[in-house]
Amino acid sequence: MLMETTAPSKAEVPAAIAVKGATVQQQYVKVGKRKVTADAASKRMAWVVQVYAIRDSQDRTAFSELFAYFAPRVKSFLMKSGASPDLAEECAQEVMATLWHKAHMFDPAKASVSTWIFTIARNRKIDILRKQRRPEPEELPWGPEAEPDQADAIGLQQETEQLGLAIAALPEEQRKLIERAYFGELSHSEIAAETGLPLGTIKSRIRLALDRLRHAMK
Amino acid sequence: MMTDMTKIRHHLTEPLLMGYAAGTLPEAFNLVIATHITMCDTCRAALAEYEAVGGEVMLEAEPVDVAEDALAATLARIDGSPVQEMSRPARKADSIFPGPLQDYISGDLDTLKWRKVGGGVSQLVLKTSKDASVRLLRIPAGTAVPDHGHRGTELTLVLQGAFTDEEDRFGTGDVEVANEDLNHTPVAESGMDCICLAATDAPLRFNGLIPRIAQRFVGI
Ligand SMILES: [Zn+2]
Repeated sequence: MLMETTAPSKAEVPAAIAVKGATVQQQYVKVGKRKVTADAASKRMAWVVQVYAIRDSQDRTAFSELFAYFAPRVKSFLMKSGASPDLAEECAQEVMATLWHKAHMFDPAKASVSTWIFTIARNRKIDILRKQRRPEPEELPWGPEAEPDQADAIGLQQETEQLGLAIAALPEEQRKLIERAYFGELSHSEIAAETGLPLGTIKSRIRLALDRLRHAMK
Repeated sequence: MMTDMTKIRHHLTEPLLMGYAAGTLPEAFNLVIATHITMCDTCRAALAEYEAVGGEVMLEAEPVDVAEDALAATLARIDGSPVQEMSRPARKADSIFPGPLQDYISGDLDTLKWRKVGGGVSQLVLKTSKDASVRLLRIPAGTAVPDHGHRGTELTLVLQGAFTDEEDRFGTGDVEVANEDLNHTPVAESGMDCICLAATDAPLRFNGLIPRIAQRFVGI
């Protein structure tokens, strides 16, 4: 289950991937540090391209491909978080509709599509299941000059894939613990300070982007 | 929030960042965390990573079949609901209250309805879900917060000024995460009033004869 293919329904990978008008050659992706990166980044960049297709041309084919892959996983996440099957179905549809409406807000230099959909599902869960407001941090004023850099976008997609692989490779017991934390079966005081999570790379990349932004704002 | 971020020395803990990313914490904690992250790029970057973990955990969950007409129903939902921009009203630029907090209060430092809690200290309890509570504290310069024990976890974020307790000094943007082991007496530094946002997931202990009424009085 863990290593099942996570490629979108189209197995073939686009030879060139358009990112905000620029073109990223497949070859570039292969320059990545590890062997997994070429495929991994391709899969995740394919998701990015699908979100862009929704944003730019209301592409229903792209949407149905994302839907086929993500909706069953969003539903699963919501059920594991305590929603009834009916409620989880309803919410999963809402989450995917939100993806459509908010496609213009997606930024591949800040998040993988999987991360972004997770945050939409999480917010829906808090709203519907926990019946709470969700205080969110102030958005940073990313100006037009802070337009996502294609290398940053690819780097983040690769690193998120590596994070996913590293989590999948954790010892069973440890991985279960992390899953329970995210499904709400552990309170924060039950989450040990040392989760043993392979964290660091994405954090550094985001940190770098924030530093650059802060510098530009001065 | 143009806090000088290089000065923040006390950050959120891993379990709190993870809980916030997962959406499993009480609203009161979420408010303190969202406010700190607004002031702190270190924790903002860390949160992005915990959210990425959440995305990967979701991907690995055994998929559950959606209804046969789910896609059609979702497309109908999309067609039926025009795009609506939900944007937060602009934050008052000169306020010491970061955006997430401004959603919970009306007014600014001197127009808020503070209530005295003794020793010159005032507080304002904010309305959140009941699984935890959060309040603003206004501690006059040089004053100690009345001694209190706590059972659960208590988060204290400094919004203005600074306080010192047995553990360390906490300046603007710093957050202190205290558990039941910590018996502390924060003292506001001289110079200016110390304004804090403090959340706890257990009722504060009151030693009075009628603790329940006291709790109702302070609203937590
Ligand atoms: Zn921090």
